Amino acid sequence: MGMDAPTEDSVLAEIINALLPFKKSDEPITAETEIARDLKLDSLAVMDLLMVLEDKFDVSIPLNMVAEITTVGQLAKAVRDQKAGA
Amino acid sequence: MGLFDRFQELRAAHGQIKACGADPFGVKMDRILSSTEAEIEGRHTILCGSNNYLGLTFDADSLAAAKASLDKYGTGTTGSRIANGSYDDHKALEQDLADFYGKQHCMVFTTGYQANLGAISTLAGPGDYLLVDADSHASIYDACRLGHATVIRFKHNDPADLDKRLARLAKEPGNKIVVVEGIYSMLGDHAPLKEFVAVKKKHGAYLLVDEAHSMGVMGKTGRGCLEHDGVDADVDFITGTFSKSMGAIGGFLISDHPDFDILRVACRPYMFTASLPPSIVASVRASLARLRAEPEMMTRLWQNVDTLYDGLQAKGFRLGKQRGPVVAVHINGPELAAMAWHGLLSNGVYVNLALPPATPSGTALLRCSVCAAHTTEQLEQVIEALGEVGRQLGIIPAEDGAGQVRAAAE
Repeated sequence: MGMDAPTEDSVLAEIINALLPFKKSDEPITAETEIARDLKLDSLAVMDLLMVLEDKFDVSIPLNMVAEITTVGQLAKAVRDQKAGA
Repeated sequence: MGLFDRFQELRAAHGQIKACGADPFGVKMDRILSSTEAEIEGRHTILCGSNNYLGLTFDADSLAAAKASLDKYGTGTTGSRIANGSYDDHKALEQDLADFYGKQHCMVFTTGYQANLGAISTLAGPGDYLLVDADSHASIYDACRLGHATVIRFKHNDPADLDKRLARLAKEPGNKIVVVEGIYSMLGDHAPLKEFVAVKKKHGAYLLVDEAHSMGVMGKTGRGCLEHDGVDADVDFITGTFSKSMGAIGGFLISDHPDFDILRVACRPYMFTASLPPSIVASVRASLARLRAEPEMMTRLWQNVDTLYDGLQAKGFRLGKQRGPVVAVHINGPELAAMAWHGLLSNGVYVNLALPPATPSGTALLRCSVCAAHTTEQLEQVIEALGEVGRQLGIIPAEDGAGQVRAAAE
């Protein structure tokens, strides 16, 4: 029940860290980075990333949310929302 | 933005693959000579990618049954079961399958894709949870999108990972349905069903097993992975297809659930599509009868699996880890795989080219499937052709006996 709810910044930092292997340019990954367009993650890679984040934050992130997530910031918000609702 | 602009990247990728010399996704079979041979571009070709595991596409009984049914019932039903009615053979096939699996109920669908689409999207409703294996077939992923359940993905063939994800949902009130496949169509590995059954029982979840590639292949009588693992009684729902070992087309859902029949007026991919033509139903009934009368057909299939698997391994190819009638040859990269695929086709061997994202973990595969009707000579030709192409393209080392050399070095 949100014992130690992660802060906005800590979730974002963890996600950016998990996305570093996909970095395609010198541009830093930020909340505004688009996961498919800028980092070229295909649908499978996005689903794999969700599994990693589920374990990192001990939370369920339904695949149903994938369609609504475009940016890194939206992904961070999805993780926080699920964590808050858990 | 134009209507087709978003396919730009796909078009470019497809173009690169076609540059190997032919379109692997648009092969034209000029003549089908038998269950294991065809004529392609004037060449006599061995079919080693057809999923025709028992070689029943030209079975004399199945052909005769289909022909008699055509004369008796006509070419098609011209509508769905709920609108145009069931023919007696639709009901008889459902009874045959229920008997074969030792379960109470069976629904037959028009394709295997629709069986998964209909079963999974209808069984799990709003507030329920679908837990699907990461390497699931497209029909399972599409079912998740069609339905209204919450979807969680677990690591491929990993019961401990499923356990962890189910534990996170322990306080959620919805039903949980776990979806796995018997044999996986790309790498040919199969689910550890005993362990999955233990996990689903621990969490009070349901288990659905798709036996598409394992029916007529695994288990003493051919019921599939669930029979092989001895968990028939613990699997709640079984789906499968007639387009692999049964040599035709169609799909099915089987269960002992007492309220099963309500699905016939709730399951949209069953309700709103034309039912199977009676000739298909008749050929499937004959093929199933043949399997039940002669399960030793599977012995020949597994001998052939050993021939192909051992032969390719000795050449030094990197294969899927579990042996079975799907033999997946790993190739480094889509372009190299496409070149190898085309080289094989030019040498009279047809296999499937399987590329990401249809394959797991971004791997490119030459996917071979073994048929009980393959002769040893045909399989040896396949092995030699693959060896030749593999050496030319540097996929395997140039010297002979590469497998032994490598095995000794490891």
